[in-house]
Amino acid sequence: MHELAVTQSILKIVLRHAEQAGAKRVDAIHLVVGELSTNVDESVQFYWEIIAKDTIAEGAVLHFRRVPAELQCMACFTKYHPGSGELICPKCGSVGAKIISGEEFSVEAIDVDEQEPT
Amino acid sequence: MTQRIPVVENILNANDRLAEENRARLDAAAVFSINLMASPGAGKTSVIEQTLPRLKGRLRVAAVDGDIATSLDADRAAAAGAGASVQINTGGECHLDAVMLRGALDQLDLGLFDLLLVENVGNLVCPAEFRLGTHKSILIASVPEGDDKPYKYPGMYRGVDALLINKIDLLPYVSFRMDYFRRGVEALNPGVITFPLSCRTGEGLDAWVDWLIEQAKQAG
Repeated sequence: MHELAVTQSILKIVLRHAEQAGAKRVDAIHLVVGELSTNVDESVQFYWEIIAKDTIAEGAVLHFRRVPAELQCMACFTKYHPGSGELICPKCGSVGAKIISGEEFSVEAIDVDEQEPT
Repeated sequence: MTQRIPVVENILNANDRLAEENRARLDAAAVFSINLMASPGAGKTSVIEQTLPRLKGRLRVAAVDGDIATSLDADRAAAAGAGASVQINTGGECHLDAVMLRGALDQLDLGLFDLLLVENVGNLVCPAEFRLGTHKSILIASVPEGDDKPYKYPGMYRGVDALLINKIDLLPYVSFRMDYFRRGVEALNPGVITFPLSCRTGEGLDAWVDWLIEQAKQAG
């Protein structure tokens, strides 16, 4: 639902780094999105096409690298993937886990071109 | 020639930086602040209405209300005794962010207040991802929403400092398994303090208000 704000933020980050590198065009953007992040790829893509228009990042391809969620039980330290409906440790049945991964939401890299588009 | 440039920048960085600035402003003015989050209809504004009279003479309170449209909630907060009340209309955005709170802080004379109550937009998803710079995040759950909410909205439940369970006067009438609800909460947010209460009957409100005053005093 808040993907417009998020997409604007992505564009700002991308343009700043592209400018620093003296790029004339951005070909691709590599995003890392954790499974627990609530952002929806399709919506980001949709907004991207609108807001990147007339910038050097227009037409850049968005690549999403998904990172699966991983929890660690704070009682027996078993690492597990959260299921749905229950949030207990599959090994010892304890509640209370730490999130190891799955919350990522960042721009990892951009592919740029130093030539003007032909 | 195509060249790959490593970036590795959190997409919400800009918001987080502004949130830190908001926090610094609040700290400088010795204002303790809370971010009240809940689904629509859980009772955010009712909690504020019930909380304000109980704080009278103890803390000077300002309220900021985020809504997609209208100033109904800010008006209710003002009527309930908020010393100042600012409405933020997000114009469709599903959450408050640090920029919007900064705009609201600009409209307040922070030196006149001890406590700032920020009522976020009714939503269990997006407000969890946008830090505002407030000191504590409070979630208001309510019995008619159902007992499965912690399981469905883990991002919201795991990030809060206190949980209010509103409308407990309705427990006899709806199928809400408190054990199942609490197990989900405990899994995501072990040891989080909870306040079962009812804004309609007043039950449980004093415990919540005492805790809030204590938190504000500790921060001040």
